Amino acid sequence: MPSITHNIESLGRKTVSSIEECGYVTALFFESIYWLVMGKRRNQAIRFSAVVNEAKKIGVDAVAISAVLCFAIGIMLAIQGIETLKTFGAQSQVILGIALSVTREFSPLIIGILVAGRSGSSIAARIGTMNESQEIDALQVMGINPVRYLASPILIAMLIMLPLLVILGDFMGLLGGAVYSYIDLNISFSAYAERSFEILTIDDISQGLIKSVVFAAIIALVSLSNGFQVSGGAEGVGKATTRSVVMSISLIVLADMIFTYFLNR
Amino acid sequence: MEKMPAIQVENLVSHYGEREILKNISLEVPRGEILVIMGGSGSGKSTFLRSLLGLKKATSGKVQLLGKDILQMNESEMHTMRKNMGVAFQGGALFNSLTVGENVRLPLREHTKLDESTINIMSRMKLEVVNLAGFEDLKPAELSGGMIKRAALARAIVMDPKLLFFDEPSAGLDPVAAVELDELILTLRDAMRMTIVVVTHELESAYKIADRITVLDQGRILMTGSVDEVKNSSNKRIQSLLHRQARNEDIDADEYLKRLTRKSPIH
Ligand SMILES: Nc1ncnc2c1ncn2[C@@H]1O[C@H](COP(=O)(O)OP(=O)(O)OP(=O)(O)O)[C@@H](O)[C@H]1O
Ligand SMILES: [Mg+2]
Repeated sequence: MPSITHNIESLGRKTVSSIEECGYVTALFFESIYWLVMGKRRNQAIRFSAVVNEAKKIGVDAVAISAVLCFAIGIMLAIQGIETLKTFGAQSQVILGIALSVTREFSPLIIGILVAGRSGSSIAARIGTMNESQEIDALQVMGINPVRYLASPILIAMLIMLPLLVILGDFMGLLGGAVYSYIDLNISFSAYAERSFEILTIDDISQGLIKSVVFAAIIALVSLSNGFQVSGGAEGVGKATTRSVVMSISLIVLADMIFTYFLNR
Repeated sequence: MEKMPAIQVENLVSHYGEREILKNISLEVPRGEILVIMGGSGSGKSTFLRSLLGLKKATSGKVQLLGKDILQMNESEMHTMRKNMGVAFQGGALFNSLTVGENVRLPLREHTKLDESTINIMSRMKLEVVNLAGFEDLKPAELSGGMIKRAALARAIVMDPKLLFFDEPSAGLDPVAAVELDELILTLRDAMRMTIVVVTHELESAYKIADRITVLDQGRILMTGSVDEVKNSSNKRIQSLLHRQARNEDIDADEYLKRLTRKSPIH
């Protein structure tokens, strides 16, 4: 039965390699943090300018698209919410639904997926290309640790920028909801805002922010590790890019589900 | 200390997966010498270079640079050692997102506390050495192949390393540019007392710059000797390498048949 042994063998190999990959990602995380804490003492501080540069690419450049998407999500939630609540004649409760689902769920999820697609792919492609053209080797032989020089700034920038984008997303989502509620139900902005602030607690906001921090780590580590492990030329870079986007988004959705379960018990 | 050879390799064995690539390599390079490593494609030259650089862990053996065993070093000792090494990779490996000038300045920025103007002067001096003055604001993508090699060399020597490694300096260059690069390598050794290891395919260039030549073949050292010793070697494989003859080894019929009919390994 060669095909069965073959299958078992390849299953075994896949298991081993995914365990190896988890180990790699974990090590990458701790090493990045290590350089953040110890870099100064070892005369290899993380460059502030590198972090700012990454933060610009990850966060600032994504402001407009994040705002538009979250605004649209707010409108969409308002349409669906009003439609559903009409059956109970409780349309005005739509504010509650929008406030909670935007801050706890949609804003972090949409921003996470957006950044995974935008920055995750570009990080994997950039690091992968550097790997293929021996730039990573060059860093290493110059005594410039590639994790400190390339990975740490990306991880730090991601951990800072994603929550900020989510705060923006929260605001834009609520705004979208307010605009549609005004059009459909003639609820004034001030009434909408007042009601929203009544409903929202620190917990709701922080739930979204905690998620976004986890998503940030997922995106940064998955795309970095895919980039660092590229082999096989341009095709390898392409594969790593696709793989890191698919993996980031899948892990984000899974993590989101687990979080939502535990944070709402 | 000064008497110690700059590079000392003992019984180095290295694998890629199951395959043994380097088989028991031993070698010494005295200070101030230019050693040229030659060998056919796939003979293990690049792998050997990667082992010397500490980029590839050896399976067993000993690699000593400047009297210290790099396989036993901890992170910070290795870090210190790396400030004494310069490497010019085959494809240049310049950072594409940085300009030529920024590439050359990077090691100084990361390893020294010099102020900006000193760093600029030092990097410009090195660019002068490789005849690239005035090109510092270009990106690597805007350079020709020969310019990339020279820029990579400028970056490799900007810290005034004691050891310089150079993979295929003249491959893909026109004859004039190749000769210029050879001159440059000789100047570096004479002016800065660098110990230089060069991997090359180009015979002419090897004869010109080498103090000694090491010939690698299928992961083994066939011989190490002066230019004349290598030229006059009676070893068949060396002669065919030098005279660009096709390998006409005796073919083992059984082995050959086995290779043709072998099943591919499972993927
Ligand atoms: N990353 C790798 N993974 C697996 N095997 C490799 C790898 N790199 C090189 N090899 C194998 O090691 C052997 C020696 O390769 P190496 O690159 O050292 O040769 P080389 O002498 O530099 O050849 P060339 O002159 O063509 O550059 C080859 O048989 C090659 O297949
Ligand atoms: Mg090679």
